[in-house]
Amino acid sequence: MSADAPLYQVRDLRLSLPDMTSKPLFGPRPRIEILKGLSFDIPKGEVVGIVGGSGSGKSTLGRTLIRLLDPSGGQVIFDGTDISHLHEDALRPMRRRFQMIFQDPMSSLNPRRTVSAIIAAPLKLQGFDRVRERAAEALDHVGLSRSFATRYPHELSGGQRQRVGIARAIATRPDFILADEIVSGLDVSSQAQVLNLLEQLVADLNLTLAFISHDLSVIRRLCTRIIVLRHGEIVENALTPELFGAPQADYTRELLDAIPLPDPDQVWI
Amino acid sequence: MLDGRSAIKRRAGLRLWLSGGWLLLIVLAAILAPWISPQDPLAQDLFAARTPPFWEAGSEPGFWLGADSLGRDVLTRILYGARIALIVAFVAGTLTCAVGAALGLIAGYFRGWADRIVSRLVDIWMAFPPVLFAILLIAVLGTGLTSIIIAIVVIDWTRFCRVVRAEAMNQGQMDYVASAQVAGMSRLRTMWAEILPNVLPTIVALLSLEMGIAVIVEAILSFVNLSISTDSPTWGGMIAEGRTSIHQAWWVLVFPLLTLFLTVLSFSQFGEGLKDRFDPVLR
Ligand SMILES: Nc1ncnc2c1ncn2[C@@H]1O[C@H](COP(=O)(O)OP(=O)(O)O)[C@@H](O)[C@H]1O
Ligand SMILES: [Mg+2]
Repeated sequence: MSADAPLYQVRDLRLSLPDMTSKPLFGPRPRIEILKGLSFDIPKGEVVGIVGGSGSGKSTLGRTLIRLLDPSGGQVIFDGTDISHLHEDALRPMRRRFQMIFQDPMSSLNPRRTVSAIIAAPLKLQGFDRVRERAAEALDHVGLSRSFATRYPHELSGGQRQRVGIARAIATRPDFILADEIVSGLDVSSQAQVLNLLEQLVADLNLTLAFISHDLSVIRRLCTRIIVLRHGEIVENALTPELFGAPQADYTRELLDAIPLPDPDQVWI
Repeated sequence: MLDGRSAIKRRAGLRLWLSGGWLLLIVLAAILAPWISPQDPLAQDLFAARTPPFWEAGSEPGFWLGADSLGRDVLTRILYGARIALIVAFVAGTLTCAVGAALGLIAGYFRGWADRIVSRLVDIWMAFPPVLFAILLIAVLGTGLTSIIIAIVVIDWTRFCRVVRAEAMNQGQMDYVASAQVAGMSRLRTMWAEILPNVLPTIVALLSLEMGIAVIVEAILSFVNLSISTDSPTWGGMIAEGRTSIHQAWWVLVFPLLTLFLTVLSFSQFGEGLKDRFDPVLR
């Protein structure tokens, strides 16, 4: 793969699930289309914001990119490899390279594991050496003192928990990280800190990031490119300045109008 | 920091100590019965028939809790009865738990066809009235310790299965399970290393409760004379015998009944107490 080939190439990506609300007398349940043929690229090093209303398919798209969900059609090509239908066994060694930070750190951190065990898990499973050392370095990276290693998730504040989630995601030095609404559960000052941290990590670790949010002000500050989703379809895909300067789709304009946008330099401290 | 935790902790602690203390007493009684019993559990002494407990007029030394209508010492028989009660509790409880929890965990975590098979099986099982089912089973298997244990396992595994299935399903929705997949953990290992530890407090509480239930079931079967041979003393058998002479010798009924009641209560409270103790947020 050449250096400037995109990290992700997504072609006509479709995902449908059986509709649990309908129970026909005969035959299988009808399926509802959640992703309706999405095509886009994510270039290496780019921070892509995925925005859209609730239920527009942002999380589904994100989870399909890292194969937590199986697409029903189309292709997801990661660094030249079509991963859309790879079996989990074949996928496992690749998982080092795409990681995820979850929305709710309370649910995404096993309450019975210490912080060090949580961060060490992907390192061990991916066969890294010096696991303890790498886990400790990950803590350093997210600005948590190494004394946190022996604590349990319930002993941490919301912001600290989310830092542990970030530490786990960067521990294996991935190429790509999916961040799904990672600050929406935090208070304003922790939000700012976590976003600053993320911005710094993207630069320091040479990450490609997909950042899902419904908050355009956050997206504007962080992302180089923005994909606007609506009802499982891409309505706009543009570089951030273009999208904010001259939004093409009506829906994007509605979104921009609906959200009060303060001066972007003052969005967070 | 001032919050509700310390209050919950203290209450859970007291419950744990009281119930645990009683269970320890019963375990010691069962183990040490041959050495600490004042009499032989089967020895009949017609001169001592219906001797009242020690604080009543007409009591005899050596018959602390009185004697039954055949002159057998009530205390001794309660101590020996603890043996059968506890063997049934531990063996039947553990086996029931192992079968039910394993099926529930697999059904709840893997879902799909595994869940459909297990759930259907549970539904069919639940259609049988349990006591009738037990009596039918004993009739087929014959009386004896092994048949009682088998009967309890066969009847009660669904209790574990349903609860553990629901709990495993809940835990399966949590993002820490998705994050295990992101880390590259296999499904089987995720069930074992991530889900099971989080379902364990529920399993432990149920196991303890099940031990109490096993004690009751054994007592009921003894009561209707379907249990162990009548030679070895059982609490249920004693209660059955005591019922016939309740007006002449209340102690023959009341003491085994009280022991049974306290033991069953302790098993259920011990389980609940342990569950609270296991809760990482309250720890
Ligand atoms: N497991 C599922 N079964 C059926 N429908 C689902 C499931 N998960 C998500 N959906 C539906 O898919 C749509 C997109 O969901 P999601 O990707 O979570 O949206 P977003 O993250 O943008 O809020 C929603 O309408 C939701 O109801
Ligand atoms: Mg979402």
